[in-house]
Amino acid sequence: MDQFLFYLFGFLALGGGLLLVGFRNPVSSALSMVVSFIGLAGLFIGLNAYFVGIVQILVYAGAIMVLFIFIIMLLDLNNEKPFQFRSATILGGLAIPLLFAIQVLGVIQKGPAEHSEKFPLITEETLQQAADGFALKSDGELLPASEQTAIYRSLAHQDSPKLPDTNLIGETIFKHYNMPLQIMGVLLLVATVGVVVLSKRSSKNANKQN
Amino acid sequence: MDTVFLIAAALKIGVFIGITMSFVSVCVIFERRFSAIIQDRVGPNRTMVPLSILGFKKDLALPIGGLTQPVADGLKFILKEDFTPSYVRKFFFWIAPALVVVPALLTMAVIPFGSPLELDGHYIPMAVADLNVGPLFIFAIASLSVYGITLAGWASNSKYPFFGGVRSCAQMISYEIALGLSIIPVLMMFGTLNLGHIVEYQTHHGWLLLPLWGEGLELQRWILLIPMAIAFVIFTTSIFAETNRMPFDLPECETELVGGYHTEYSSMKFALFFMGEYAAMVVGSALIVTLFFGGWSLGFGIDQMLPMGEWWVSLLHIAVFLAKVTFFILFFILVRWTVPRFRYDQLMNLGWIVFFEAALINVFLAALVIARPSIGTGGFLGGLALLFVVTILLIKIAKSAADKPSHSTI
Repeated sequence: MDQFLFYLFGFLALGGGLLLVGFRNPVSSALSMVVSFIGLAGLFIGLNAYFVGIVQILVYAGAIMVLFIFIIMLLDLNNEKPFQFRSATILGGLAIPLLFAIQVLGVIQKGPAEHSEKFPLITEETLQQAADGFALKSDGELLPASEQTAIYRSLAHQDSPKLPDTNLIGETIFKHYNMPLQIMGVLLLVATVGVVVLSKRSSKNANKQN
Repeated sequence: MDTVFLIAAALKIGVFIGITMSFVSVCVIFERRFSAIIQDRVGPNRTMVPLSILGFKKDLALPIGGLTQPVADGLKFILKEDFTPSYVRKFFFWIAPALVVVPALLTMAVIPFGSPLELDGHYIPMAVADLNVGPLFIFAIASLSVYGITLAGWASNSKYPFFGGVRSCAQMISYEIALGLSIIPVLMMFGTLNLGHIVEYQTHHGWLLLPLWGEGLELQRWILLIPMAIAFVIFTTSIFAETNRMPFDLPECETELVGGYHTEYSSMKFALFFMGEYAAMVVGSALIVTLFFGGWSLGFGIDQMLPMGEWWVSLLHIAVFLAKVTFFILFFILVRWTVPRFRYDQLMNLGWIVFFEAALINVFLAALVIARPSIGTGGFLGGLALLFVVTILLIKIAKSAADKPSHSTI
């Protein structure tokens, strides 16, 4: 079952990507990109990363691509003209995928072999081990029941232990990488303000010309 | 365990989609009869079995009033001519209605319909997928239904449907932000994204907006009621906008756009848009009930006296849940027939200037109240004063922005 779903979503992701390049109509291309994102989200969820998968749909498929399609429709872009082959573009088109392929090969070589000890599969035992890590205080004592975190409770649940991926991401981001997060937020704010300033200026110029 | 899980999942998918679809048809009859009552009319009250087309002298009148009206409506939709204009973009024109219905039905998957059923020592949750990211899943899938409406407007290749599609696209993106921000205080209080756990917490410690038993009697929960009530108002209003229901139904407003994005659609394709809208309304009501009104719980501590896991308890809880959902559907209908439509710039101002800011401030207010036991009364009052000053400043800025004349295009 897992295998089948993996191949299904993998096919969706790859097929969507291929169609994105293949279609001449911009709206069709944008929609096949959405299909590709949904396939990717399915693959993330297959890896127990529910939060990342859902955010993939929420942000990319649900917001960014909607804006893409919105713009394409408003500008009413026509079909692209048939492509003219030039040696420079062909070379570039070969070089960039080659670089990515080398990178992928490197990752595969460094990646864990199946069932290696460093990266064990998620089973009830490994979840229990992970829970033990969260149950201890810094001096090695067990936490009292009232101070057990949601992460611990979810990892060590008697009936169905689950990987609390949302809580773990929150813990990592807001406890260990809080400063970079704040800086990223400020960066985004700067970008937003910049866009507003640029669009205001150009509309003022247009008014003057009129 | 695996086979039990698969069979249970298949059964749940069938039953819950069946419930949603029958609720959609119930919505139609409710909408028509309720609007008739509001407008002092009679409404559809005598659907008959058309025996006369079979050669009998008279049609057979059933003694159940207009309850069979949805069947007649459905038959009408199926039997009408399915006309596709020659100038449309065929593929997108055909796929758009499906893109509206499918997300609306998919979101049903994470909503807990009743208390878990015990079978062979395993507790089977009464939700198709008991995900740890429940509300996020609903927002993510619901945001995909924008494509259906936008593509319908664009594929029709005609002026008014296009306006409708563009309007709906802008409206849904704007209100998604208010929708997502407004429930952050709620999630901060529960500390979990699992809708099943959220409902279970409410059965033991009082519904979010009705904390009358368990831990709900503490002072802390009563202070928390203020941010929660604000969250409830913003969330409910945003759900109205997300489902394109009346005060915000500009994408299909008849007086300006003929029929909006579904002007060119006929027969069953139009019916799919119709069903998508009502299914979204049912899911919206279910989400409001789950987050703010205790989901399937009977409340007032009665649930603790019932033997959890028995089949009749689960059934009773499903009935309670559906009753609450029905109440909210009636509320949706009441609003549709009482509140007049907004203007488009008013809609955008409400979404971006009022709700966005209010939801943001509400997050900080809720955080202050939740942190009150650990920061003490002094810190709490200081933070409150700071928040008050920031709020006043924000209101001033928003007012000065709203006073300037703006050029709206669509």
